[in-house]
Amino acid sequence: MITRNNNNNLQDLQKRYGMARGDIVLAVCAVILLFLLYRSGFFTAESWADFARRFEQNFIRESRYMMLVNGLKATIFMTFFSTLLGIAVGLILSVIRVAHKGGVRIPFLNWLANCYITVLRGTPVMVQLLIWNFTIFASARTLNLQYIAILAFGLNSGAYIAEIFRGGIESIDGGQMEAARSLGLSYGKSMRFVILPQAVRNVIPMLFNEFIALLKETSVAGYIGIDDLTRAGQDIQSLTMEHSQPLIMVALIYLAIVLLLSHLIKRLENWLSRSKRG
Amino acid sequence: MIIEIENLHKSFKLNGRKDELHVLNGITTGINKGERVSVIGPSGSGKSTFLRCINRMEEPTSGSIKFNGQDITSETCDINEIRRHIGMVFQHFYLFPNLTVRENLTLAPVQHKIYTPKEADDRAKELLSRVGLLDKIDEWPDRLSGGQKQRVAIARALAVNPDVLLFDEPTSALDPEMIGEVLEVMKELADSGMTMYLVTHEMGFAKEISDRILFIDKGVISEEGTPSDIFDNPKQPRTIEFLSKVLRR
Repeated sequence: MITRNNNNNLQDLQKRYGMARGDIVLAVCAVILLFLLYRSGFFTAESWADFARRFEQNFIRESRYMMLVNGLKATIFMTFFSTLLGIAVGLILSVIRVAHKGGVRIPFLNWLANCYITVLRGTPVMVQLLIWNFTIFASARTLNLQYIAILAFGLNSGAYIAEIFRGGIESIDGGQMEAARSLGLSYGKSMRFVILPQAVRNVIPMLFNEFIALLKETSVAGYIGIDDLTRAGQDIQSLTMEHSQPLIMVALIYLAIVLLLSHLIKRLENWLSRSKRG
Repeated sequence: MIIEIENLHKSFKLNGRKDELHVLNGITTGINKGERVSVIGPSGSGKSTFLRCINRMEEPTSGSIKFNGQDITSETCDINEIRRHIGMVFQHFYLFPNLTVRENLTLAPVQHKIYTPKEADDRAKELLSRVGLLDKIDEWPDRLSGGQKQRVAIARALAVNPDVLLFDEPTSALDPEMIGEVLEVMKELADSGMTMYLVTHEMGFAKEISDRILFIDKGVISEEGTPSDIFDNPKQPRTIEFLSKVLRR
């Protein structure tokens, strides 16, 4: 209800000012971009040549752009597999909680799931990452650090995705479960063949949002020594003693990916609401 | 008797209140194989709850329900096994929108290993042609009209070869012009000898197909008899009052 109201307000605004939503977003982006260019010396440098020289130094010389490319690879790798892990964990947690509420007697599992969600949502993901790396896997130094990060980020996002799935499952008409059970299907089979497919379909856009959130969250991976995109920017900084350009480039890369994904989500939402399946 | 119900009670706990809502207050009845029994009564009288207790969509508070002599309210009873034999058709159809019509019909029989996927598919076609919807076999439920959905829902309930079918106000959510097509399917089913419990507001239809009518009021069967007993010669004042209201139009 709340989102619907917000939507109406937004639509009112758009009508009043004769602007489409995309126009507003673009205008804001343009302003931010101009500010960032200003900060990186695009306008204030003695000359264009100076900006270009520093750009060359930061990104071209010694193929430093490859640092960003490799960093981006690490970031996307971690984000992708963290999201997958998060979806798996979230699905299990949400089914436990919904099943418990629906009368399946699993009090201990439900208690565990509640503890999990409380703890992982109640502590900062960066602290969790540090604990995984320096406490739990302290002696496993041959392990690829990125796997530790995937574990940390994935298990953390699982707690959030569990709530997404729970909302999705609870949004399905109770009659669907009754109809499945009336055919003699067990609770588990009803969940698997009838409820979950509908619930998952409803929350796909939100899972993409979680992917976006994780993409940005993984920027703290540098704290355990992973050369992700953010860390790559910092590495260039320390090589060239340059303050602004590397980090602003990093920010622009994140932004570009997020905008691209947001666009895809919107198309996906349209497609989902148009297609008759569900 | 295929189903025997003895002294069935059902009460609901009300949110935030200590007292309970007593919906069923001791119902004793039963149904023979091949018998068609219609349940009528005012809104809130408990007729839907009565029906939903028979396959334990609602857990009875007390009393016993026997299916082929087996007490289905006991802890040891495998309710999923029982429900295979007691099909249910809902007011709001509840087709599975994530599955095609074909998959709606084949899911349960294949899962129960009653049929192989191939056999279930043949059975689905047979049932769909019986309800006149064979051409919709690969359609999504959302693309069907209300009447078509309910006919598919009946076919789905039949797909596991139940011994008894429970109809919970199957035409109450339909546009008037679609009621006929669903009643026609149910009539055909009744004529084929299916054992049926029907909760309905379609008095004419209940009178036409039923062997016996139960009039439920305030959670008890206040009158019971053949259609002509109930509709032409009601004895209880409540029955007379109810029928005078619903038959007037």
